[in-house]
Amino acid sequence: MSTVTLFGLCAAVLIGLGLYGALTHPQPLRKLVAFNLLGSGIFLLFGVIARRGAWSTVGGDPVPQALVITGIVVAFAATALAVALLLRLFKESGEATLSPAARTHASPERHQP
Amino acid sequence: MSLVHVLEVALAVLVLGAAGWTIVARSTFASAVGFVSYGLLLALVWVQLAAIDVALTEAAIGSGLTGVLLLSAAATLRVTERRSGAGPGLPMRVFAAICCGLVTAAIAAVVLTLPEVAPTLAPEAIAALPATGVGNPVTGVLMAFRALDTLLEKFVLVLALIGVWSLAPDRCWGGHPGLKHRLPADGVLPFFARTLPPFGVLLGIHLMWTGADHPGGAFQGGTVLAAMWLLVMMAGVRDAPAIRERWLRLALVSGPVVFLAVGLAGMLAAGAFLAYPVDIAKPLILLIEVPMLLTIALALGLLVAGPPERAAGSS
Repeated sequence: MSTVTLFGLCAAVLIGLGLYGALTHPQPLRKLVAFNLLGSGIFLLFGVIARRGAWSTVGGDPVPQALVITGIVVAFAATALAVALLLRLFKESGEATLSPAARTHASPERHQP
Repeated sequence: MSLVHVLEVALAVLVLGAAGWTIVARSTFASAVGFVSYGLLLALVWVQLAAIDVALTEAAIGSGLTGVLLLSAAATLRVTERRSGAGPGLPMRVFAAICCGLVTAAIAAVVLTLPEVAPTLAPEAIAALPATGVGNPVTGVLMAFRALDTLLEKFVLVLALIGVWSLAPDRCWGGHPGLKHRLPADGVLPFFARTLPPFGVLLGIHLMWTGADHPGGAFQGGTVLAAMWLLVMMAGVRDAPAIRERWLRLALVSGPVVFLAVGLAGMLAAGAFLAYPVDIAKPLILLIEVPMLLTIALALGLLVAGPPERAAGSS
């Protein structure tokens, strides 16, 4: 198996793993980790495509590589915003859950005047 | 089977092992630790794919900064872990696993049936590279051929930071991000925070400068600068600045503003938005990169530091 096929299949498994984690974990922070896993798998797949586009002196197509660099930075910015939202939710309600049932009985005193 | 190939298979197994650990680990903290090592292993994969620029970015941002963010959030949210529900039941998990397996199988099938002659823009990029004055094709794409992506990404960074700041409670608006870190001044962390930054700042600027012809660039350099700044803040050597400071806000927008100004000037001088006149392309790219380095370093550091939690002037 060639390098690109090996890491291409690796990327496919990473995407599946990340998707599974994002779907099944009850805690938002775990979903976030899984979502980042999913994203990095997609970047890796794009990297494999870039590597296949190697030409003369360059080891890979620079266009997808540059797009992946931009993607990593944007993914980080989105993760930072999500973490900040989650921490604010925890500060407000004392819980960090997306389930409405768990949230309503967590801190009822906040809704009283 | 050559040695390199054996090592590549071992690397793939390690990457998948670390990735699996982030999903199955019991505690969120352990999962976040797994994510950091996963990111570093993934950087090695990028090296193996001949994408050194991406490897540097993945190690610095994907693993390093995201790791700090996840670890500190996991530590804060640890008390909520036991109370959170069990999640979906076994049948639903099995169903989800089957669906995700199908997604993986579909992508694997695509990987195995990719066309023999791979489409590539590398010849065009290499042919047009001399006009930009830079020697690293990835930097050429980021700063010239696809400069619009890079410009928009600067906007995303600043917008994400505004989003994070807007989560501040009213009384803290304009104040200092995060808690004030108080550590004994003779501890290990303050020691590192006093000795490492001079080297880190040098390395960050070097990465930006060398990115013109070698792997590196403003992203990687800016991340190193942000990491040094975070170290100083976390060790309590210097407090995080109040976000209402005018110098901070001006420095934050300087990157996108200069980029935009050069882009608009390109409409007059070179006939298209974000086009550079060929004979001064390199100086223009440097003119964009220097404030961009500043914006990236500040925005990344402040995104990790989080929303203001103390009113300005309080300690």
